Amino acid sequence: MSEEPAVSVGANSPLDVERVRKDFPILDRRLAGDRPLVYLDSANTSQKPTAVLDALADHYTRHNANVARAVHQLGEEATAAYEGARDKIAAFIGAPSRDEIIFTKNASEALNLVANTLASGLAENPRYRLGPGDEIVVTEMEHHSNIVPWQLAARRTGARFRWIGLTDEGRLDLSTLGELINPRTKIVSLVHQSNILGTVNDVETILARASEVGALVLLDGSQSVPHLPVDVTALGVDLMAFTGHKMVGPTGIGVLWGRREVLDGLPPFLGGGEMIETVAMEGSTFAPVPHKFEAGTPPIAQAVGLGAAVDYLCAVGMERIHDHEHAITAYALEKLHAIDGVKIIGPDTPELRGGTISFTVDGIHPHDVGQVLDEQGVAVRVGHHCARPVCVRYGIPATTRASFYLYTSTDEIDALAAGVQHVKRFFG
Amino acid sequence: MNDSLYQEIILDHYKHPHGRGLREPFDAEAHHVNPTCGDEITVRVALDGEKVVDVSYEGQGCSISQASASVLHELLTGSTITDAMAVEQSFVELMQGKGQIEPDEDVLGDGIAFAGVAKYPARVKCALLSWMAFKDATARAVGSPVVAAEEERR
Repeated sequence: MSEEPAVSVGANSPLDVERVRKDFPILDRRLAGDRPLVYLDSANTSQKPTAVLDALADHYTRHNANVARAVHQLGEEATAAYEGARDKIAAFIGAPSRDEIIFTKNASEALNLVANTLASGLAENPRYRLGPGDEIVVTEMEHHSNIVPWQLAARRTGARFRWIGLTDEGRLDLSTLGELINPRTKIVSLVHQSNILGTVNDVETILARASEVGALVLLDGSQSVPHLPVDVTALGVDLMAFTGHKMVGPTGIGVLWGRREVLDGLPPFLGGGEMIETVAMEGSTFAPVPHKFEAGTPPIAQAVGLGAAVDYLCAVGMERIHDHEHAITAYALEKLHAIDGVKIIGPDTPELRGGTISFTVDGIHPHDVGQVLDEQGVAVRVGHHCARPVCVRYGIPATTRASFYLYTSTDEIDALAAGVQHVKRFFG
Repeated sequence: MNDSLYQEIILDHYKHPHGRGLREPFDAEAHHVNPTCGDEITVRVALDGEKVVDVSYEGQGCSISQASASVLHELLTGSTITDAMAVEQSFVELMQGKGQIEPDEDVLGDGIAFAGVAKYPARVKCALLSWMAFKDATARAVGSPVVAAEEERR
């Protein structure tokens, strides 16, 4: 793991990127043709540092047992590690209580948990029941995982599904916010940082309006929690979903955080072991949070791995990571702007945006851009990035997306820019 | 450089497509979309008895999908439906062969240039898009030409 990061050269970054990169063994991989790997797909999934890989191996090698039901020593060790990860994650996002951290399999499940429990009609408090006349508000820049669950919930309950549109600059169009979020609005579910545009949204303004009308606010932090300091108490939202694998943790683990009062008000989601208080054939009662929402054997090793990921990120420092990505993003925007025919889809300056840059290259389909970049060892994502409505909004079939993280170097941005130039020559 | 994917023949068809554009008259058309990348194509088939008189198309997408449509037009226009279906089957087999099938140039013509695409699972669908649309459109034309075309346009 990195010790105190030294001041780096270039890109105004506070991180010693070369030292950080040594923590991620995969970054040394050579691809076919002995090309070095230039990994610019961290918004898709991040790479993992040795500390996380070791934590996973150590758990399976030394402590493996099921949690919360074994009286033996391994069971106690596994339970302590699993619950210890909950403590770390609560502290990491500024949650007032560890019991407000629910482990899920990913962010999609966390979002579905909220949509499904609100739609189930099982809550005692009508605030947590969707029905005809109620309204659900999302934004046009959501990932499909924050659109489809709500469309389904609307179909089940008769609630109305609405959305905040986008400006030409790739930001939320808040001009009609007062009408869109109104006393009929039961929940506003929005992305903190867009996975396709890179936009960091103005949560405060939306939250203020939602509070006026008493609507719940759910934040999709999948692309923000890994990249900038996020404190749920300071933000003031009601619920937040995020995922482990995008924040140097393993796949198979996500998190739903919610204010205690809200989580208590929502009915159970999945039924099964561990989520109950008592079960009788005539009916069952349920465990208090967080276990109420954790039916069955949870992703134990993955939670332990996510705890190690959080330790790693904290040791490097989230402020530093954010500043580094800001510098890298500014550098990348400048490089991409300088290429004829390249158009940025989303905010084209580094202000209020993260290190995820979507772009198009005139006359060349993103699939071809991505394929030829791959031939040069540059890994990007192409397509609609599970945010098809954004592509429709900007009249494009797809984009090429380069996304950065704490280990992204200016050399890699140079490789991207050179790669795009090569793409243009190849198809020119 | 990855020569096995972007063959010169493919780039040629991409930059200078043959028979592009939707034409009248036609007996049926089919619109196919690749949901993973948003590529789309509309293929129209005009028949005269057993003969494929014209295959016209319009679409947007990557070089592979667009070049493949151009090759399809070249290979199938003027052939019989039976021959066209045999070529179609041969092309599908090549694409699904994971790079293990030796293509027959007598059957596939410029289509043999796509042999390398079969090694890229993510791109196989791109190459097959227009062929699936052709098969669909032809089936409609042979079945109930008027109804199928009307339905598609709706």
